[in-house]
Amino acid sequence: MNLSFFDQFSSPSMLGIPLILISMAFPALLLPSPDNRWITNRLSTIQLWFVNFITKQLLTPLNKEGHKWALILTSLMVFLLLINLLGLLPYTFTPTTQLSMSLALAFPLWLATLLTGLRNQPSASLGHLLPEGTPTLLIPALVMIETTSLLIRPFALGVRLTANLTAGHLLIQLISTATMALFPTMPAVSLLTLLILLLLTILEVAVAMIQAYVFVLLLSLYLQENI
Amino acid sequence: MSPRCRSLPGTSRWRSHRVMLLKDTKLMDVKLGQLGTWLAMRDFTPRGILGAIRRGYDRYYNKYINVRKGGLGGISMVLAGYAVLSYVWSYSHIKHDRRRKYH
Repeated sequence: MNLSFFDQFSSPSMLGIPLILISMAFPALLLPSPDNRWITNRLSTIQLWFVNFITKQLLTPLNKEGHKWALILTSLMVFLLLINLLGLLPYTFTPTTQLSMSLALAFPLWLATLLTGLRNQPSASLGHLLPEGTPTLLIPALVMIETTSLLIRPFALGVRLTANLTAGHLLIQLISTATMALFPTMPAVSLLTLLILLLLTILEVAVAMIQAYVFVLLLSLYLQENI
Repeated sequence: MSPRCRSLPGTSRWRSHRVMLLKDTKLMDVKLGQLGTWLAMRDFTPRGILGAIRRGYDRYYNKYINVRKGGLGGISMVLAGYAVLSYVWSYSHIKHDRRRKYH
């Protein structure tokens, strides 16, 4: 039989129908569109407050041109946040543990920021490849280093998201397996492991939220440089 | 019927309700014998199914979420249902772990 610990990351399908689309579309059910009332229901109020908060946080550093990206950045943030948090429920599937999905989100958005910069302000964009005040002898090496660092950004974005979530889920599964295995023989040690599991779950909730935030924050930073 | 209520012209005293069409009765009011006919009359086109999903969603939303003091229960039921559904979907995969010694 194959490795059992990684089976939780295999894309779910039932009778040949891939279910990953349902896992990706499910967060939309939790976000009802608010109707035109002055005082909406509690869920809509929380949702509106949260979207306002994110938008203000992300868009304050950007100039007016960058505000055109408000919709995509905010919706990406909410999407990633909900998907990561829903993956912490029992038996659910987290689509962002698939590298394909993280890279599919990171690559086009990063490329868009790069091309926007190259098109609208080419010399300023290329100027980012050489930090100010570098000694003359170091210039060639530094330009190569900065180019590499520029080209590796989408991979870093995608892999950071996937690796964090995958590692978290794997740790949870390992420690819970250890807890269950220790319980018949050494209940005290099992209790200690259970405590570790509890702390880890709290950490995973934090990581889920932080990773979504970092993804979108870095994208907005790349946008700031280029727009 | 009380002798004091007047019968309007054109209606009979004993049949004051109009006959309800089978198509419009709700599921709980359908008699068992009529169930087959009732099911056959339902709209199973994609448009009909989408309409049914929409109506179900609106019913749930207006009952549990779009209320003045909605609590955690409304959304917890959705999340619990999602967890159960995910279990059902992954059951064929998980059942191999039942009698394993080393996971």
